[in-house]
Amino acid sequence: MEHDDVIIGLEIHCQLNTKSKLFCGCSTDFREDEPNTHTCPVCLGLPGSMPKLNKKVVEYAMRVGKALNCNILEECDFSRKNYFYPDLDKAYQITQYDRPLAEWGKLLIEGEDGEKEIRITRIHIEEDPGRSVHMGTTDRGKYTLVDYNRAGVPLIEIVTEPDLRSPKEARRFLNKLRATLEYLNVFDSEKEGSLRVDANISIKGSGRVEVKNISSYKGVEKALNFEITRQKNVIRRGQTVARETRHFVEARGVTTSSRSKEEENDYRYFPEPDLLPMRVRDWIDSIVLPELPDARRERFMNQYGCSLEHARTLTGGLKLAEFYEAVAPVDPSLAATWTADYLLGELNYRDFSIDAMPVSHFTELISLVKAETITDKSAVEVLRAILDQIKEGAPLEMPSAVVSRLGLAKTAGDEIAQMVRAVIAENPQPVADYHAGKGPALNFLVGQVMKKCRGRADPGHLNALLHEELSRVAGEA
Amino acid sequence: MAKTLKYSCTDSINAFITTVSETLYEDGPLSGVTIGVKDNISTKGIETTCGSHILKGYIPPYDAHVITLLKASGAAIVGKTNMDEFGMGTTTENSSYGPTLNPHDTGRVPGGSSGGSAAAVAAKLCDMSIGSDTGGSIRCPAAFCGIVGLKPTYSRVSRFGLVAYANSLEQIGPMAPDVMGVSRLFSVLAGYDSRDSTSVDRPYTHTPDPSIDGLRIGLPSEFFGEGVDPTVAERVKEAVGVLESAGATAVPCTMPSMSHALAAYYVICTSEASSNLARFDGIRYGPGGDLRKSWHEEFSDRRKELFGKEVRRRIILGTFSLAAGYYGRYYHKAQTARQMVRDDFTRLFQDVDLIAGPTMPTIAFKLAEKSDPLQMYLSDILTVPANLAGVPAISVPCGKVDGMPVGLQLIGRHFEDEKVIDAAFAYEQEAN
Amino acid sequence: MVESEDVRKIARLADIGIDENELTEFTDQCSRILTYFEMLDALPAGSGIDRGLINVFREDEITPSLSQEESLQNAASTENGYFKAPRVM
Repeated sequence: MEHDDVIIGLEIHCQLNTKSKLFCGCSTDFREDEPNTHTCPVCLGLPGSMPKLNKKVVEYAMRVGKALNCNILEECDFSRKNYFYPDLDKAYQITQYDRPLAEWGKLLIEGEDGEKEIRITRIHIEEDPGRSVHMGTTDRGKYTLVDYNRAGVPLIEIVTEPDLRSPKEARRFLNKLRATLEYLNVFDSEKEGSLRVDANISIKGSGRVEVKNISSYKGVEKALNFEITRQKNVIRRGQTVARETRHFVEARGVTTSSRSKEEENDYRYFPEPDLLPMRVRDWIDSIVLPELPDARRERFMNQYGCSLEHARTLTGGLKLAEFYEAVAPVDPSLAATWTADYLLGELNYRDFSIDAMPVSHFTELISLVKAETITDKSAVEVLRAILDQIKEGAPLEMPSAVVSRLGLAKTAGDEIAQMVRAVIAENPQPVADYHAGKGPALNFLVGQVMKKCRGRADPGHLNALLHEELSRVAGEA
Repeated sequence: MAKTLKYSCTDSINAFITTVSETLYEDGPLSGVTIGVKDNISTKGIETTCGSHILKGYIPPYDAHVITLLKASGAAIVGKTNMDEFGMGTTTENSSYGPTLNPHDTGRVPGGSSGGSAAAVAAKLCDMSIGSDTGGSIRCPAAFCGIVGLKPTYSRVSRFGLVAYANSLEQIGPMAPDVMGVSRLFSVLAGYDSRDSTSVDRPYTHTPDPSIDGLRIGLPSEFFGEGVDPTVAERVKEAVGVLESAGATAVPCTMPSMSHALAAYYVICTSEASSNLARFDGIRYGPGGDLRKSWHEEFSDRRKELFGKEVRRRIILGTFSLAAGYYGRYYHKAQTARQMVRDDFTRLFQDVDLIAGPTMPTIAFKLAEKSDPLQMYLSDILTVPANLAGVPAISVPCGKVDGMPVGLQLIGRHFEDEKVIDAAFAYEQEAN
Repeated sequence: MVESEDVRKIARLADIGIDENELTEFTDQCSRILTYFEMLDALPAGSGIDRGLINVFREDEITPSLSQEESLQNAASTENGYFKAPRVM
């Protein structure tokens, strides 16, 4: 994807993980529960109800503002955004409009040529609406079911300048943002729907298209790739790209045009008369930021000797970083390789999070590899065996138990040497071929030894052994 | 020790929308006192309609803060009083449940929007009542019905549970036959509520004191000028004379900001109302709609059928006042005019302690007399300044014109409700 | 000064139904009232009044919610614990 002419900006909504909602004391932990069991007159918007601001939400939002190097406004306030939708029970959303909490910050991401700064336009606080479920199939038979458990859950909206130049950059930005929010402990990325993205994308010189309803990280790249292709096709056909709002349909990987009433709306913003202004800029001094992803990445490189690539991967999520540091004492280098290059792939394949792998088990696995008790190939087998046990809900074995059970322990040195000599003796033609300069003959001989010891040898080591033995034999001949 | 009060009344003036046949009450400063509650104040388990069809059958699952306070004081709530729909009106003729009649002359209006609350007290259907005042809705009916009504300093009484019409302007306030009654009721209502972010911790623990020696009272020329009935103005000037004989000094003054006050008031209240009233979609409360229609169609049709004309008119005006491409800048310009009114009061209150004038420019209109909305709005001119500024204002009866009561309005500094009540008390004592 | 087309547009924005036979009356009334409002035009836009209070917060504590039954009790139509609404086009 060329990026000279692609211009992308993002609007990200994140749910903050406070215990109670933004304007009332209802619990935010609603996902396991029946609909409409986490509501009260305030978040239901019953006539006569009034909002009261959760201080912790402001603190969390300021933490994010500080981490993203934003300027906190001297005074900010809330406004009403007026529109009609079943899941918006007051028919207005309390948000921040002309005086948001924070503005003009930045986040560094990995660009095409080195680090790139993506500017943050603003960060503001607002409430989540409820959730609509669209039912029915026939035109007259359709209706909507509404659950207000989510109504009033605190959100921050982070808006970027249109500094992104490719879907890949957008994905990197989101990953970095997500990791930062995790590190700040204000956000739980595993909660469904906790992060939602709207993207603005245009091809230089053409109209700007807004894509809404992207609720997964993978979805962002997909949606943007689809849009770029679609827009370029439109331009190629000599038509103009319509300036519009489109919806991303995750299941089909496409965006569709959505000319609904909401898009034509004038939201008639005005300051929320039931809430008071905030002057909280001086709180910024007492906010102590934890170690953020970039700093942690540097520390992993310095403290554990990780490569830049490994460090980047391992600091990409808070739990992952903590996992790595828990297993690193065994051998930081092996731990880095085995976590970043092996474990993550296996976890991904099974749709597991890093939580799935117990630190104790992985630590032992790495020590077995370090002690050369098993080969790398065997270690992967052990890893998969353990993960499969987790998937099936079977009782978990320690790696050493798996090794014993499957007989994966590396064949001892002498045994190998014996096998090497046996193979050389049993295969005179390949040996002759090898001495005649035919390289592939060596591979054949390595294969034969592997067969004999049922794979419990280190290929590299074996290569060297055979080579040595063959040279010796040649010398003797 | 809870006692039971049995209640029944012959409500020929349609003061009540709902009454209870019996209610429990506790011991306390208002033990056994019967109270009428304006029907825009949430009462748990009792239908709360705001005088509108769109809330027919709505039973709140919670009590407004003032209701909790009233119950704790031992008061016996006997019914929900009639009102202009959602508080929008000056005569209670905009109620979807029929107008309330003025007990002094049933061919006339009781005033509004708390017409039912005032009429119920005037007709002795209950001892006291509470109303709400956004642009004069307690003071106007108090004046027209010949009772006492107080709009407290903004933020002194919790609005939690008051169905919002214009959040930045309104207050719940006490209404009673005399100043002592208003004072007793106010002492129960005033005070901090943590659920109302705009609420302040200023309880009222005062006993009315009629000694007003040395009190300076300003009489703005704008309160006695064009549009004010000369005989009404005369009664009020006589009342001020009574206060002077009790030791006060009256001085003429002027409030230039009055010229923009009414426009500012109506821009602000209709804007806020257009937003506050948008939630009545019939999904969580209110009469059921036609689920076969589409969302916008059903919503729009319902609001046409179940909102009265005045409510729809004000929502449209408010939407104009906030909409880009129309009058969107007006909400912010109205704030300037509002600040000018506040500044005028601040300036005047450097020289005087209270401002006095008629509560309403005329006596109670005849039913159906005011049919033109703009004419109706103009009658609020004397009461809206106190809402714009947030200062306390009381109406106390001061004689009659053509057999109908006239109200003397006294306005004081922020949080000097006590002084306002004292002066009203002094007048009452001196005049009787 | 507004025309009936403006009133129609605004009524649509506000989701308020107006009958065609009411439109003339509403237009006339709103027009006169909005013309009255125009006296505010001469004033500069204000930044809002001094609210007196700032920084009014509550602590992040959980308080009891309504039961599902209480939450739904005034609804005309429900299904499996959800509120039922017309379809959104």
